[in-house]
Amino acid sequence: MSSYNNTARFSEARRVAIFGGTHGNEMSGVTLVNLWTKNGAEIQRKAVEAVPFITNPKAVEKCTRYVDTDLNRAFTPENLSSNRMSGNNLPYEVLRAQEINRIFGPKGSPEAYDVIFDLHNTTSNMGCTLILESSKDYFNLQMMNYIKKAMAPASCLVLLNEHPLLKYSTSRSVAKHPVGLEVGPQPQGVLRSNIFEAMRVILKHALDFIELFNEGVEFPPCTVEVFRVLERIDYPRDANGNIIAMVHPNLQDCDWEPLNPGDPMFQTFDGKTIHYQGSGTVYPTFINEAAYYEKQQAFITTRRETLVASAIKKA
Amino acid sequence: MEVDQVVPLPRLPRVAVCGGTHGNELSGVYLVRELLKLQREVMKKEQEEDLKPASVLLVLSNPRAMQQCRRYVDTDLNRCFTHATLNGPLSDMAPYEIIRSRELNALLGPKGSPAAVDLVCDLHNTTANMGLCFIAYSDCDWICLHIFRHLQREMPDTPMRFLHFDVSNKESYSLDSVGKHGFAMEIGPQPHGVVRSNIYTAMKVGVQHMLDWVRLFNSGNVFEGGFVDVFTMVKHIDYPRDSETRNITAAIHPCLQDRDFCLLHPEDPLFQTFSGETVRYKGTEPLYPFFINECAYYEKGIALSLARKRRVTIPAIRVQTEQEQQPNEQGFASEEEE
Repeated sequence: MSSYNNTARFSEARRVAIFGGTHGNEMSGVTLVNLWTKNGAEIQRKAVEAVPFITNPKAVEKCTRYVDTDLNRAFTPENLSSNRMSGNNLPYEVLRAQEINRIFGPKGSPEAYDVIFDLHNTTSNMGCTLILESSKDYFNLQMMNYIKKAMAPASCLVLLNEHPLLKYSTSRSVAKHPVGLEVGPQPQGVLRSNIFEAMRVILKHALDFIELFNEGVEFPPCTVEVFRVLERIDYPRDANGNIIAMVHPNLQDCDWEPLNPGDPMFQTFDGKTIHYQGSGTVYPTFINEAAYYEKQQAFITTRRETLVASAIKKA
Repeated sequence: MEVDQVVPLPRLPRVAVCGGTHGNELSGVYLVRELLKLQREVMKKEQEEDLKPASVLLVLSNPRAMQQCRRYVDTDLNRCFTHATLNGPLSDMAPYEIIRSRELNALLGPKGSPAAVDLVCDLHNTTANMGLCFIAYSDCDWICLHIFRHLQREMPDTPMRFLHFDVSNKESYSLDSVGKHGFAMEIGPQPHGVVRSNIYTAMKVGVQHMLDWVRLFNSGNVFEGGFVDVFTMVKHIDYPRDSETRNITAAIHPCLQDRDFCLLHPEDPLFQTFSGETVRYKGTEPLYPFFINECAYYEKGIALSLARKRRVTIPAIRVQTEQEQQPNEQGFASEEEE
């Protein structure tokens, strides 16, 4: 506990990127980045260089999640290592990952961008969600605390994915402080005005925070409620791997609400209920996300946790 | 309506239920798969008990698009069923869906011939908040209108509308136009690539009631006359677009989003530009919007469609007796010509 009494120092967060189109059919990010590329006035802040960037232009052009492979899983050490020969045989997204790592990284080095915001939409009823990759990133925790307070009473929740097996190599992971923005529900390929505006507001607050931080403001210690990823639950399938049940009507759209042992979870196509068999109450999210059918995921379970961040100040 | 005004119509011995015409509209995909599974089980039983086989054709229309969970592979299958496309010359490089449309025409048609199935029900989903819609080319096909009314009565908690696209038989382009009678059953809102249990269940129940109606009809049941509110498509409205890039510059206004079939008046908000301005409806006639923000229509230049509503009176109907059936066998005549 004593470590929280010290103020953590971070260098100025000058280099900031805003990624859209990591999945080419998630329209809020694509639209915002295109807008800001044309006219960046809205994202300008004192002492901040905010760069809007379309990460997967081919997928955006085809309005599809990806062309060869999921870009948001492609930033593995193997894919990014300079030993890997660049060439025509590599999937498009792996080439893109290497390019993005050159521009905004290299991942893990002092030259990497300070902050990357990666804009996503989901078909799940998750509302406004911030995705955190490390519980020890006090800069990110303080930013998320700031955003949540600025948005209140509107909700903005934090999903922490630090799970050793379920964590994945995101485009934003190239930066020192990666921040995922996930706003739903929105169908793929569709632009909903309310979802678009919500994402815009989150980014406004995020950039305000960075500007304040860069001016030298000290942010006192804070606590942040997060939902920590526990496990992935797949759809029930038959021997051939075909889905044989759907998310139960009682669970559909109930992201972040408690799921208790015995609660309805799936409904088979002929109407039978399958119940949640876990040992305790969990908080499900990413319920019925279209892109996750192929990733064997109907929803993920989380548990509520309170993280503590020490005070932070510019070095 | 009086008994002597009952209109006798030909029997409907062959019905087709089609899913996956668009490969990412999943309620229909999963429902037809489930019905195929049940049909196999029933057929096994029927073989054992030597019963008459079922006369419902279950079809997965676009298997390649289904496998990739996409709307289509080369071109929209549900635009490939015009007479011209079905009968024109076929090159080696023909798009997958053109080849498939001919296979489906051979299976369920040929379109316009006496061999065509009697009724095609083509299952679709939309990202628009349309509830359950029948989409048909005719506003005087008594079979389709009676089936619709039957569903309205059996499913009173499901918002339901009858949509009419006034397209001639010559120009009709969708799969359901291959049968002697046909309609699309369109249910939303559901994102593409997702199956929502409430939407799936509505579709399953709707198809069941349709098949029940056909059995009742074929068995001689008299269906009393009445009226149906029909929405006839008038026009489409596209998004405001950048003149150079053709990218959209506005989204459906929050006041219009999800308000399918809520009357739109002149000067009502239509779009909200990304700089916050409101673009208003400039038409002079109040009309009913639908297919508001349907994902697949961005590329077709449609942000929403508009319809006029009118009340259509439908006569009482029953199946033709064997004697009444005979003139039909000599020449193929549709009841619309009566």
